[in-house]
Amino acid sequence: MQQTLEQKPPVSPKVSAPPMAPTFSIPEPAQMPVSADYKTVGVPLVENAKFAMRDVNVFYGEKQAVFNVNLDIGENEVIAMIGPSGCGKSTFLRCLNRMNDTIDICRVTGSIQLDGEEIYASKMDVVPLRARVGMVFQKPNPFPKSIYENVAYGPKIHGLASRRVDLDEIVETSLRRAGLWEEVKDRLDAPGTGLSGGQQQRLCIARTIAVSPEVILMDEPCSALDPIATAKIEELIAELSQNYTIAIVTHSMQQAARVSHRTAYFHLGKLIEVNDTQKVFTTPDHALTEAYITGRFG
Amino acid sequence: MESSVLLPVLALLCALAFVAGRSRSLAVAGVGGMRILNSLPFYYGSLTAFWCALPSLAVVLIWSIFDGVIIENMVHALVPPAAVEAAGGNIGLVMNQVRNLAAGHLSADSVEPAIAAAADRLVALERINRWALTGVALSFALIGAILAWLKINPQLRARAKVEDIFRWTLLACASLAILTTIGIVMSVLFESMRFFSKVPVTEFLFGLEWSPQTAIRADQQGSSGSFGAVPLFAGTLLIAGIALLVAVPTGLMVAIYLTEYASPRMRNLIKPVLEILAGIPTVVYGFFAALTVAPVIRDMGVNLGLDEWLTISSESALAAGLVMGVMIIPFVSSLSDDVITAVPRSLKDGALGLGSTRSEVVKLVVIPAALPGIVGSVLLAASRAIGETMIVVMAAGLAANLTANPFDSVTTVTVQIVTLLVGDQEFESAKTLAAFALGLVLFVVTLGLNYFALYIVRKYREQYE
Ligand SMILES: Nc1ncnc2c1ncn2[C@@H]1O[C@H](COP(=O)(O)OP(=O)(O)OP(=O)(O)O)[C@@H](O)[C@H]1O
Ligand SMILES: [Mg+2]
Repeated sequence: MQQTLEQKPPVSPKVSAPPMAPTFSIPEPAQMPVSADYKTVGVPLVENAKFAMRDVNVFYGEKQAVFNVNLDIGENEVIAMIGPSGCGKSTFLRCLNRMNDTIDICRVTGSIQLDGEEIYASKMDVVPLRARVGMVFQKPNPFPKSIYENVAYGPKIHGLASRRVDLDEIVETSLRRAGLWEEVKDRLDAPGTGLSGGQQQRLCIARTIAVSPEVILMDEPCSALDPIATAKIEELIAELSQNYTIAIVTHSMQQAARVSHRTAYFHLGKLIEVNDTQKVFTTPDHALTEAYITGRFG
Repeated sequence: MESSVLLPVLALLCALAFVAGRSRSLAVAGVGGMRILNSLPFYYGSLTAFWCALPSLAVVLIWSIFDGVIIENMVHALVPPAAVEAAGGNIGLVMNQVRNLAAGHLSADSVEPAIAAAADRLVALERINRWALTGVALSFALIGAILAWLKINPQLRARAKVEDIFRWTLLACASLAILTTIGIVMSVLFESMRFFSKVPVTEFLFGLEWSPQTAIRADQQGSSGSFGAVPLFAGTLLIAGIALLVAVPTGLMVAIYLTEYASPRMRNLIKPVLEILAGIPTVVYGFFAALTVAPVIRDMGVNLGLDEWLTISSESALAAGLVMGVMIIPFVSSLSDDVITAVPRSLKDGALGLGSTRSEVVKLVVIPAALPGIVGSVLLAASRAIGETMIVVMAAGLAANLTANPFDSVTTVTVQIVTLLVGDQEFESAKTLAAFALGLVLFVVTLGLNYFALYIVRKYREQYE
């Protein structure tokens, strides 16, 4: 799947960075020294931060998966996270709505603030937090319920609609914004699991925006989809970015280039570089980033 | 004694056949080596061994089916008509005498000489029979092995043939279960037909009174017995209902706790305990119910003043039902545990990611997704409860009361089957045959439940790929 995406001719000319001259040699990534107190290059911090993360470390038991990350995510910004497999992108993303809590051995240190509020504070309730910070997963995971019930699930548990008409309204607007309404409006009672993969993923996005979150986290939302479904989701992200703050993990650099404002490059649990997307894909500041986007490894 | 050598010799022959077949295959392969053989030498050996064993075993099987009848008929001819006359015209009695004499249970002096002669003849015939069987079986083994051995050549598709034999063996094992079921159904069905020729189906299915005691002798006073099975069905439903009321919610919650809430340590503690619970013999549950639970329930009923309105008996449906419920908790919980664990983690994550609490995830996502499986497990538990006998015999009594009062004693279909069949009974009596009719009902109901359970499980299994 990833293969087909990568093979598509890049939409943005900036993506196809010129192949590096072979004279310029880069050490093997695994051996490339990145010191323990490595400081991210580029512009990790911004003015109007929605999320502010300082010195975030994540451990799975004894093993550390994310090291000392300092990063802001701006209001209504789309930030893409890229990096080789296993570098901690998902782990980091899951910190933002405390989904890591569901993994017993996972431990997070440092400070993560949402609108100035510490989300790992002991008095923080994860239920409203997860309503404010929605998540779309790698594999579409609609509930085995009707399309309507899938979208209505969130509003129902959070009591967002007291009357049936209000609920209908929310379901319709969410499906519309997710670009699925026209395709399913005649069969809202059909099971959500009966839709195609791309439709399912848009249903999951509709389900997420139905609780009107402020931030949407997406972990490789298109990796199980074909190019056409992917294009639809990307369109959708562009649209949603007018109202939402979005953090998206992706393996497709074209996708990162197309949808995001800033791009963060992770390597072995460290945040190597954060810069404007254009800059990352044309003139990255760090050699590792450059090696990755030119396809030396990853 | 003579036939006791049969199996060891046959085994030896097979082993020899294997070795011979194997080496012949190598020999026919010649200089070309194993490469030109269709199959590995092992398969040629196996094929030869099978040819040695199978025909011979088939002979033994067929022989064993018919030899009894043939010998019997030959001996019959020797019994003088006068002796039969003396036994009241019953040839069966005379033959019994002959057999007992032959087996040495009787002394030859106590019977007529003609019968003694017949017994001698029987002994002799059986001896010849065993020798003949041994001889014929072993010759078949030899012939089979030799034929197979002769047929070995590089083109012989030995591997495919051995595979065929394995396939047929597996099929035979599989059909054994089916044949047994068919056999049971047939016997129950035919005996039930005989019962229904004595007692009308409608009376049996809709009659409100159950008292199967019939007069044994024609001149005896007493009822002709009434066979209305409704009190038994009602009692079965009452007890099974109580059991399910206990087992289903508890078992389900145990499963939910274990899968969704418990820490791994807790799970490792509780699971084995549940397995112990499942391993306790029902008899032990039975006396626990009868000696410990039933008195407590009676006293409680009395203390609550329920005896003003209800019959409170020391053997109660409630005692049996409660204990039976505890007994099937592990059954429900482990089946539900499986289906709940099968709910994909991604679904739970999806719900949690929307801000559900853990109990909302369980209530709105896990249980609905697992529901078909849960319903299936409940139905299986129900058929288990309906079929359970021991606890009820011991704790709920034998009185066929038609009542909905859980403090009263009731009886169930299975318990009545047991009571009808224990003790000396004339096989032809309606009382004995009634057991088969009850068995038939029980069989139909549990079969229906199981089938329905499997149907539900299968129908909804596709929901999450
Ligand atoms: N539940 C877990 N328990 C233990 N270790 C984990 C767990 N989940 C992830 N890890 C480890 O944490 C590291 C980061 O994993 P993560 O899933 O965040 O990588 P990723 O960047 O998302 O990779 P991918 O691109 O393949 O999704 C990996 O080394 C992984 O082995
Ligand atoms: Mg990941």
